[in-house]
Amino acid sequence: MITGSELSTAIDKLVALRPEILQATIDTFVMLGISTFAAIVIGGLFGIFLFLSSDRQFLQNKALYGMLGGITNFMRAFPFVILMIAMSPLTKTIIGTGIGPIAASLVLAIAGSFYFARLVEQNLREVPRGIIEATESMGARPFTIVKVLLNEARSGLVLSVTILCISLLSYSAAAGMIGGGGLGDLAIRYGYYRYQTEVMVFIVVMLSVMVIAIQAIGNWLAVRLDKR
Amino acid sequence: MTDMIVLNEVTKRFLKDRAGKSEDAAAKWFTAVAPTTLSVKQGEIFGLMGYSGAGKSTLLRLINLLERPDSGRVVIDGVDLMSLSASELRVARHNIGMIFQQFNLMSNRTVFDNVAFNLTVSGFARDKIKARVMECLEIVDLTDRATHFPAQLSGGQKQRVGIARAIAPSPKVLLADEPTSALDPATTRSLLACLQDINDKLGVTIVIVTHEMSVIRRLCHRAALLHQGELLEVAPIVDGNIQAATLIGQGLVQED
Repeated sequence: MITGSELSTAIDKLVALRPEILQATIDTFVMLGISTFAAIVIGGLFGIFLFLSSDRQFLQNKALYGMLGGITNFMRAFPFVILMIAMSPLTKTIIGTGIGPIAASLVLAIAGSFYFARLVEQNLREVPRGIIEATESMGARPFTIVKVLLNEARSGLVLSVTILCISLLSYSAAAGMIGGGGLGDLAIRYGYYRYQTEVMVFIVVMLSVMVIAIQAIGNWLAVRLDKR
Repeated sequence: MTDMIVLNEVTKRFLKDRAGKSEDAAAKWFTAVAPTTLSVKQGEIFGLMGYSGAGKSTLLRLINLLERPDSGRVVIDGVDLMSLSASELRVARHNIGMIFQQFNLMSNRTVFDNVAFNLTVSGFARDKIKARVMECLEIVDLTDRATHFPAQLSGGQKQRVGIARAIAPSPKVLLADEPTSALDPATTRSLLACLQDINDKLGVTIVIVTHEMSVIRRLCHRAALLHQGELLEVAPIVDGNIQAATLIGQGLVQED
């Protein structure tokens, strides 16, 4: 059992750590914001081309599909921590530094992109074939057909963004290895290395609340957008 | 009367699913449409009839090149579709409406937006889209459903939205792929009346694929009888009777 005095000591420690927790929260939001946005754009495009080059679609091309699929599988095979280390020379070239939340965002964006690409491909596959056919029969341009596909798949796509965002939140805990900061990193440094269990517990609760909130927003939006 | 649609020796075959590496053409390819020549007159309602696998839906898809024929010529309203570039074909397709068995409406757009979409795609003047959409919904008697989503409609209503969408850019040809096969008999009757009406008032040439003899008898002027990818004959329909000349054709049109 936790006694009253132990509880008040724990709270005192957390209060003393306020600046670090605040900074870590900001870092987490920065990493999450940049990487989610980048992954939606890059992974979205990649996923669209994955789908369009697959069998029976209008860019049907076995070689292209094989290549895009191969790259996606290869990139997704990397454990996140190893990807981070493997990418550090590239990160240094692009960002100018291999450490910090921005550097971590780049790695998160890459990992997230290929993850999201598969989710997009799956979502587009759910759109009935007949809708593409009807749109083609009207004489729509390929770009218009893609817009129709995305609009028909929008509810599933929102849920996929939700999953992406939560996965990136979880990955970002490992970003501490390259000084990325963030809540997960703080929990490991204080909670694990310094045996301050209360910091660990508090941050895990914070992360849980964030996950619950992201999922709730995603679910709400998906239902609102779904007219099927 | 002039010919609106001319199919000249068109063929289509598909690679069989489990063809393997066989060099034998018969084992590798499935012939959906054997060399077929037929023409449909302007303002005609023309049926494509046959059992499942007769190749009637494929033949219909050859008309707007949703399936590209392996050989032969497709001429619509004097334009040889096979000779067109991709962008020219898109323009030609604005002149060929299509409706489907499963309706294929965009479920995340309202009835109004489904119809408006085809107008936008066809390059219809933006300021006139609204009026034209309501005009088309009027024709199919659905003006009160304009703000509904397809999921809120009955099957018959969905198909009527499909018709409104297809005729919105005033096409000369309407292709109908089993348009009543997902509908009950009463709804089928009202839908056929709707198609008849469009043919009467707008003079749209209609090609309709169906396996239902009653649809052919009620609606069509002539019908192509198809069997295993072959065109048996083109039979006229007189007073609701399909006047088949060939033996297989007569067997085909006999209702049990």
